Amino acid sequence: MTTSHVSPRASSAASSAVFGGEIPLPAPAWSRVTRRVFGHRGLAIGLVLVALAVLIAIFAPLLAPHDPYHQDIANRMVPPVWHDKGSWTHVLGTDKLGRDTLSRLLFGTRISLTIGLVVALISGVIGTTLGVLAGYFGGRVDAVVSYIITTRLAMPVVLVALALASLTGGSLTTVIVLLGLLLWDRFAVVSRSVTQQMRDAEYVYAARTLGCSLPYILLREVLPNIAGSLIVVMTLEMAHAILLEATLSFLGMGVQPPLPSWGLMVAEGKAYMFFQPWVIAIPGIALFVLVLAINLLGDGLRDLNAPGGRN
Amino acid sequence: MGTFIIRRVLVAISVALTISIVSFMLLHLSGDLATSIAGPEATAEQVERIRVDYGLDRPIVSQYLDWLGGALTFDFGRSYYYQSTVVDLIVDRMPITLTLGGLALALAVAISIPLGVLAALKRDTWIDRLSLLFAVVGQAMPSFWFGLTLIVIFAVTLQWLPAAGSDGWQHFVLPAIALGYYATPAMMRLTRTGMLEVLESDYIRTARAKGLRGGSVIFKHALRNAVIPVVALAAVELGFMLGGSVVIESVFSLNGLGQLAWDAISRNDYPVVQAVVLIIALFYIVLTLLADVANAALDPRIRTR
Amino acid sequence: MPLLNVNNLRVDLPVEAGMLHAVRGIDFHVERGEMLCLVGESGCGKSMTSLALMGLLPRKARLSADRLEFDGTDLTTLSERRRSDLRGARMAMIFQEPMTALNPAYTLGNQLCEGLIRHRGVSRREARERAIYLLGRVGISAAKDRLDQYPHQLSGGLRQRVMIAMALMCEPDLIIADEPTTALDVTIQAQILRLLRELQREFGTAVIFITHDLGVVARIADRVAVMYAGEVIESAPTPALYAAPGHPYTRGLLSCIPTPGRTPPGSRLQAIPGVVPSLVGDVEGCAFRNRCPQAQPTCERTPPLMSLPGDHRARCHYADRPVPAPRQPETMS
Repeated sequence: MTTSHVSPRASSAASSAVFGGEIPLPAPAWSRVTRRVFGHRGLAIGLVLVALAVLIAIFAPLLAPHDPYHQDIANRMVPPVWHDKGSWTHVLGTDKLGRDTLSRLLFGTRISLTIGLVVALISGVIGTTLGVLAGYFGGRVDAVVSYIITTRLAMPVVLVALALASLTGGSLTTVIVLLGLLLWDRFAVVSRSVTQQMRDAEYVYAARTLGCSLPYILLREVLPNIAGSLIVVMTLEMAHAILLEATLSFLGMGVQPPLPSWGLMVAEGKAYMFFQPWVIAIPGIALFVLVLAINLLGDGLRDLNAPGGRN
Repeated sequence: MGTFIIRRVLVAISVALTISIVSFMLLHLSGDLATSIAGPEATAEQVERIRVDYGLDRPIVSQYLDWLGGALTFDFGRSYYYQSTVVDLIVDRMPITLTLGGLALALAVAISIPLGVLAALKRDTWIDRLSLLFAVVGQAMPSFWFGLTLIVIFAVTLQWLPAAGSDGWQHFVLPAIALGYYATPAMMRLTRTGMLEVLESDYIRTARAKGLRGGSVIFKHALRNAVIPVVALAAVELGFMLGGSVVIESVFSLNGLGQLAWDAISRNDYPVVQAVVLIIALFYIVLTLLADVANAALDPRIRTR
Repeated sequence: MPLLNVNNLRVDLPVEAGMLHAVRGIDFHVERGEMLCLVGESGCGKSMTSLALMGLLPRKARLSADRLEFDGTDLTTLSERRRSDLRGARMAMIFQEPMTALNPAYTLGNQLCEGLIRHRGVSRREARERAIYLLGRVGISAAKDRLDQYPHQLSGGLRQRVMIAMALMCEPDLIIADEPTTALDVTIQAQILRLLRELQREFGTAVIFITHDLGVVARIADRVAVMYAGEVIESAPTPALYAAPGHPYTRGLLSCIPTPGRTPPGSRLQAIPGVVPSLVGDVEGCAFRNRCPQAQPTCERTPPLMSLPGDHRARCHYADRPVPAPRQPETMS
C-alpha cells in the first residue's frame, strides 16, 4: 500500500484528484479491428464485390465468351438465357448489332473502374493540394481556396461537363480529364478541415519548432494523418465519377461507340426497352451494383475511421 | 445578423461574376467555336465568315465584356439555332424545370425527414435498417436508368402514368420521383444523424425530466434542432437537382431548361449554353444564400448575435 | 412514511465487455423536506441512481428493486405515461451542465412554462407570472425581460438559477440535483448552494443532492449517503458522519479535505491510492479492500451493513470494532 500526495488546492479539486478511477475499457487490438471489418456486413459485401469487379476488369479477355466488338447481324437482339428464346451461346443475349452483351459487360468493367480510379486520382491531387494548403496556412490562402471551392460548387457539373465534352469531341480521355478537373471539391473540403484540426497538433508544432521545411511537414506529418479521411472521400468520388461517366455517355457526350461503356449500352438499348427491357436492365444493374459496392466500401471505411458506429 | 447577410450577398455576387467568367472562358478556350458552329463540311472561308459574323474574331476579353453587359440586363443575345432571343427561350422553358425541381424537392423532403426521424427513433431496428437500405440504394442508382425503369414499369407495363411530355400534372409524377430520389439519401441520413445527436443531448433529458410527453419531446425539442442543417441541405440539393434536371428531362422528354441546354450543346448553340449554365449557377447561388439566411433565422444563437 | 423509499435498487447496463452493474443493490430513504446528499466519485453509480429515480435511464439499462416507492406509489410498476405525470410535477431534476441543459432554440419563458402548462393546465399568462416570480426568487433581476431571452444569452451561473426555478415551477415534493455546482466557478458555486438550501427550507421540498465533493456536503446536508462502486457504503446524519466516520473510505475522503485552521499551510493533502474495481461482472467481498489501508483477510467476504448508534450505518466488517492489527501504511514523498 502506498500513499501518494497531492499538493494542496481547493477541496473540490483535491477530491476530484482522488477520484481518478474510470471504468476500464478493453484496449483496442488487431483482433478487434478484424472483427469490426467482418462484423460490418456492408463493408464486407462492398469489399468482396469491388475485389470481384477488379478481377473481372483484369481478366476480362479470359472471361469474355466472345469478342465484345464482334457484330453478328444474324443474331441481333437475342434474349438472355433465362428467356424462352435464350441460349447458352449468349448468356445475357446480344444487342442491336448482334454483339454479345456479357462480353461487353465484362469489358465495360474496365471502363468504369478506369474512370473511377483515374478521376479520383486527378481530383484527389487537385483537391488535397488546395485543401491542405488552405488548412495549413489559413488566413488569406484559406480565403482564396474557400472562394474557389464555393465557385466550383456553384457550377452545374453535368451541364458544364456535357458542354465541354461536346466541344472537345467526347472520348474516354476527355471524359477522364474533364471529370478529374471538376470533381475535386469534396477532397478540398475534407482535407482542409482535417488539416485545420491538425495544424495545432503537437507533433506538427514539434516539427515546426525543429525547423523542418514546409514540404517535409506537409508530406511527412500532415498527409499521413489525413490519409484515412481521403481514402473515404476517394471511394465516394470514384462512385460519383462512374455515375457521371455513365450519365454523359448515356446523353451521347461521353465515351463514344463502339466502346462498351455501361451508360452507352443503356442509351443504345433505350429504343428497345419497351419490348426487350433486359437491354437496359442488364447494364443498369451492373452499374448499380458496382456503385453500390464502392459506396458500401466507403461507408464501411468511414465507420472504421470514426469509432462509435455508423452515424 | 444584418452585416452577416450583407457580407454573404457580396460573396454571392462575386461568385456569380466568377462563374460567368469561368463558363465563358471554358467554352471559348476548349475549342474553336467557329469551326464547331460551321460543322465538319464547312470550307475555311465559311468558317472565317462565321467567325466575323458572330464576332468571334475580336479579343476574348471584349467579347466577354459585351456578353456580361448584356447579361446584366438579361440580354443574352440571339440563339444561333432558334429564331428567337435566348431570354425568350429561357423564360419559355423555365417553368417546366422549376416545377420539376420543386416537386422533386417536395417529394424528397416529404420522404427523407419523416424517414430520418423514424430511423433515429427506432435505431438499430428493422425500420432503421430498411431506411438505410433505401438511402444506400438511392445513392447508387443512376438517375437516368431509374427514370427509364420507372417508364418501363409505370408507363408501359402498368400504364398508370404517361411516359413523356409536360401537359398535365401526371406528366411530372415519374420525373419528380426519379429526380427526388436522387436528393433523398443525403437528407435522410442528415436528419437521422441530427436526430440521434439531439436525442442524446442534455436538453432532451431536461425536457423529459419536465414530464413532457414523447411527442412534445420529439417534435418540439428534438426535431426543431435536428432539422436546421437539413433545411440548408435541401436548398443545396434543389440547386443540384436544377443542374441535374438535364438528365431527367432528356429521359422523360420534358421541354425544360435542361432539354434546352442539351439541344443547344448538340447544336453548338453557344449563347444558349452559356446563358443556361449561368442561370442554373445563379439559382444555386441564390438558394445557398437563402439557406444561410434561413439557418441564421432558425438558430437563435446566430439570429440574436 | 418517508417520501422516497428505496430498497435493493439495481441498475445494470449491457456494455461491450459484459454486464456493467452500475448500481448494486442500494437502500436509502428521503423524508419530506430533508436534504440528503449522495456522495461518491465519478462512476460510483450516483448519477445512475438519480436517473433511475426519475425514470430517465438510458434505453438499454435494466432496473430492478425490491422497493422503489415515491409517496406510497410503487414506481417500478408505473406505466411510462403515469411516470411522466410525476416527472416535473412532483419530482424535478437539476442537471450538472447548465450550458447544455437548456434547449438553444427556445426562449427561457417557453421552457420554464411548458412543464407547468403540461401538468397543471394553466394558461400561458399564469405560467409566465409564476416564472417571473420564481426567477425573482432565484435572484435573477429583470425577470420579465429574461423570459424572452435565449439560453446562450445567459452565463452559466444564471442558467443554473433558471434550471432551479424550472425545477420549482410545479412545487415538487422532491428535487434531485445532480452535481448542480460542479460546472460553475467557485464563487458562483457558493451562491447556488446557499440558494438551494434557502429555497429548500422555504418551500419544504425534499432534495437529493448529488456531489463528489464532501466539502459541499457539510454545508448543506441533513443526512449523507456515501456511495462506492455502486453501493451505499455508509449513511448517517451529517454531524455523526463527520464526527465518527464508520467506513475507511469515508475516512479517506474526509482526510482529503483541507480544513482551514487545522490543515497546516504547505502540508500535503491525503489522497486514496489505487483505482475503483471494474463493475463489469460480480464484485466479491468488500469492493474497497484493494485500496483500504486496514484491509484484513475477513474483507474477502462481503461485509454486512453494520448499525452504529444514531441512525448511522456502514458497510464494513470493522465499522463497530477496532481493526485487529492495523497495518502501517508506507509513506511515499
